[in-house]
Amino acid sequence: MENKIKTDDIKYVAELARIKLSEKEAGVLSAQLNDILEYINKLNKLDTTNTEPMSHALNMTNVFRKDEVMPSLTQQDALKNVPDGKDGFFRVPKVI
Amino acid sequence: MKQQYEIVVGLEVHLHIATATKAFCGCKNEFGLKPNSGVCPVCMGFPGSLPVLNEKYLEYAVKTALALNCKISDKMKFDRKNYFYPDLPKNYQISQYDMPLSEAGLLEIIAKDAAPKKIRIKRVHMEEDAGKLLHEEDNITRVDFNRSGTPLLEIVTEPDINSPEEAYAYLLTLKNLLEYLEVSDCDMEKGSLRCDANISIRPAGQAALGVKVEVKNMNSFKGVRAALEYEQKRQESLAQDNEKIIQETRLWDSDKKITQPMRTKEEAHDYRYFPDPDLVPFEIDPALIKKIKNNMPQLPAEKKKQIIKDYGISEYDAGILISDKAMAEYFLKCAQSYNQPKIIANWIISEILKYLNSKNMEFRYFDLPPAHLTDMLKMMDSGKISGKIAKDVLSDMITSKKSPQDIVKEKGLLQISDETELRAVIKAVLRQHAQVTKDYKSGKEAALSFLVGQAMKATKGKANPGMVNKLLKEEMGNI
Amino acid sequence: MTNMKDSKLYELTAHELSEKIKNNSVSVKDIIGSVIARIEAVETKVHGFAHFNKQDALKKAGESKISGPLCGIPAAIKDNICIKDELTTCCSKILKGFKPPYDATVISKLKSAGALLLGRANMDEFAFGSSCETSCYGPTKNPYDTSRIPGGSSGGSAALVCADEAIFALGSDTGGSIRQPAALCGVVGLKPTYGRVSRYGLIAFASSLDQIGPFTKDVTDSALIMNIIAGHDPMDTTSADVPVPDYTKYLKNSVKGLKIGFPKEYFIPGLDKDVKEHLDEAFDLFKSLGAKIINISLPHTDYAVATYYIVACSEASSNLARFDGVQYGLRQEGETLADMYKYTRAEGFGDEAKRRIILGTYSLSSGYYDAYYLKAQKVRALIKKDFDEAFKVCDVILTPTTPTPAFKLGEKMKDPLQMYLSDIFTIPANLSGIPAISVPCGYSKSGLPVGMQLMAKAFDEPVLFNAAYAYEQNKKWEIKKPAI
Repeated sequence: MENKIKTDDIKYVAELARIKLSEKEAGVLSAQLNDILEYINKLNKLDTTNTEPMSHALNMTNVFRKDEVMPSLTQQDALKNVPDGKDGFFRVPKVI
Repeated sequence: MKQQYEIVVGLEVHLHIATATKAFCGCKNEFGLKPNSGVCPVCMGFPGSLPVLNEKYLEYAVKTALALNCKISDKMKFDRKNYFYPDLPKNYQISQYDMPLSEAGLLEIIAKDAAPKKIRIKRVHMEEDAGKLLHEEDNITRVDFNRSGTPLLEIVTEPDINSPEEAYAYLLTLKNLLEYLEVSDCDMEKGSLRCDANISIRPAGQAALGVKVEVKNMNSFKGVRAALEYEQKRQESLAQDNEKIIQETRLWDSDKKITQPMRTKEEAHDYRYFPDPDLVPFEIDPALIKKIKNNMPQLPAEKKKQIIKDYGISEYDAGILISDKAMAEYFLKCAQSYNQPKIIANWIISEILKYLNSKNMEFRYFDLPPAHLTDMLKMMDSGKISGKIAKDVLSDMITSKKSPQDIVKEKGLLQISDETELRAVIKAVLRQHAQVTKDYKSGKEAALSFLVGQAMKATKGKANPGMVNKLLKEEMGNI
Repeated sequence: MTNMKDSKLYELTAHELSEKIKNNSVSVKDIIGSVIARIEAVETKVHGFAHFNKQDALKKAGESKISGPLCGIPAAIKDNICIKDELTTCCSKILKGFKPPYDATVISKLKSAGALLLGRANMDEFAFGSSCETSCYGPTKNPYDTSRIPGGSSGGSAALVCADEAIFALGSDTGGSIRQPAALCGVVGLKPTYGRVSRYGLIAFASSLDQIGPFTKDVTDSALIMNIIAGHDPMDTTSADVPVPDYTKYLKNSVKGLKIGFPKEYFIPGLDKDVKEHLDEAFDLFKSLGAKIINISLPHTDYAVATYYIVACSEASSNLARFDGVQYGLRQEGETLADMYKYTRAEGFGDEAKRRIILGTYSLSSGYYDAYYLKAQKVRALIKKDFDEAFKVCDVILTPTTPTPAFKLGEKMKDPLQMYLSDIFTIPANLSGIPAISVPCGYSKSGLPVGMQLMAKAFDEPVLFNAAYAYEQNKKWEIKKPAI
């Protein structure tokens, strides 16, 4: 597979991940990720046509809880760590 | 000739499910708490917390999907939908992507002045709701996570809807069905039912779909209809002028009654769905489906059939009665203690609905005991009160909460059926209106109803109309 | 009460100290005093703690219950396991000042067992690393040679137990983060079966791989701690509803008839000579104790690291999305919401965290999902199948824990891929969900600890304890405490 990551790809992905990257950082990352992906591309040597993907380590199904009320946090505890909060609300720059 | 266009609409309804607790944690699933007080580490997405599925949520979801004639999946899983937004505490939403709860359903609707039509349901899937953003202050958005993690169902139609009226009928029918299921309070104003629409137009007869526009921000069923009407006109006029319709999201402005492009920067939707490793997959037990089916309440379509068959009510009237679950229940209760169901239906549909509409009140808040209505109807039958008086008694009962017997007694509204008394009244009327009497005798039939009216007026409506008729004819014969 | 012998209480194990407390020969105060003195003597050289406050520790000792199987036993907790109202930062700037409003399930269990939670162990930022060098608080050093790394990501936990600054510690293991540092620091480290110990309150790196486990000075303590922390938790749907046996019952000296798998794929040309030698000795010892050595093959071993980095980074990219400056931790203001997010995350995450988030986001993004994430999930299934097959013919698999003893600080920081490859032997157990334990098996010629790894099928921790205990009791080499 020819999946060379370009600096622009890194920038697009960084945008998705909401991380500000400098031009230089994006360049370094694209070089490092190309190394890593080149290594990872060895997976393509394996035929997995008839293999089911495995997303859990254990084969468990159907785990529920009852519809029973449990205590919530107090408003004070909910906001205890907040960088910017007021009157019981979290605050962020205005969402347009 | 002007090109004719067909509009194609698909609706996405987000329905809040009324379990006691949230979808994945034990916080109360409740509106109106003070901000950020109905939250816990799980629904706040605190580091280290883990979701656990509410059993009742799945049960309600299966019930709803079954009522929408969907095929329930043997196996379903939850996926993470990844995007950053401040109302989303984990910056991903637990939702369902490629293995949803159910697919391929049907809902039959009857739009205004149209024949019944089946709308295909593409899928019904489960997902958690986000918190609430408040934008009152300058440059600041405030976040309340109380709604975060409350259970939702997303109900998506195929693009089978071809007019704003059909969209409106679909929503009414869906809401009606959901009321019977008792899984949600379906209150659009409270936000427990939200609806987005995808609309496109195409030249009549063309098979390919046109460019799709997503319309959001409608806060009532009528708003959905109005937004679609507006959007239909807008798109048609663009097409007539050979202008391009662009694929975009538009917001309905309910004050200005127009749709406008969403002003935020459109960014690529790359949600990076993947199976949520914190939630194991679910195999939906056929026994559970069977149990839910067996306990399924009677749904509107069935109830309508029953009302037609067991009570001889017309298709049209039955349709009105079942359109509101509380109304249908009211009718059925009345019918247990009074054996003329058609009369009950008439009174509910004409008098009670008129009253509720004038008060802009929903039937479920109508608290007149059914026995009061049926007692009143019985008094009418036995000649104790006239039909005209009955209407007054009804409105009195609604406001005073008194029984019809008490009202009639207190206000002296008993019908006058005493022949001597009535004959005296009639004689007086005939004396006063000698000319009209002559007219009647010379063959002017209409004069009779005038005279009946005068006799009723003289008795303040209490005279037995049948007897008045009979006695009038007798007395005029004697002249 | 204190006498000469007790002044070295910090050198003892949990079971030895418990015994002394039970027969009233030492007090909780004696123990905490001894351990704090040890910390004061060596911590500046080791730097195993991310957060440690002497006054808080003494206060907790004063409040300590007199009952419970771990009564008064000082423990260090990796900085990614939530303790109510105590700093829990994953050694990341982005969680600066964060005090969770709740206890992780394992913490509730340790507290009710009477353990004394001394302080928070240093770690690679968000457990991203194999050397403990990516901590925002600076690296932990290997007590055997402070110019070398202790391993990672739970390097602080391993070093603290190794240097006798804690009697035991909890760590977390996503790709070897308990076993690798345990091996490099010469202590016992267990990664339990996935689902054996609740993850509730463990700040997730890769949810389908993470497990909490103990670092201890010997195998007996490992079983003892597992007795307390293992078990079903209704708050974690991936925790298994499987009964927990009394693990201490499996601390048996005999391995007669035990079938030990020898997987040829783990004995590669690049394997350090000293490591190879000690492993050969371990096989010989087991043979002499009556175990049978069975040649097995785990053919997909070579694909494990590649699979792991896709699966783990994909999950991590989503798990770490929540660190955005809204509810807790660091926040860098910006004109717009998007800027606030981007500046906060750029400032808050270190290089390795950014690298993994970017890699994970990339492999889940539109157009690459099938080629990377889905492919990796399928190969993961093949790797697990290798183990299913192997455990049809053997009871445990014996391998080196790491290809080499501890490397130098800074040696692999410039080359992420080389760093990733140091987890080559530990990753397969995480991908397969099976339990694995690292047990000290001697020292390299330069005096660095070497560890061996035993793996078993899911929920067969008992056989691991049996084999590890028998080895520990019969080994032919002497334990050398680090000369720190």
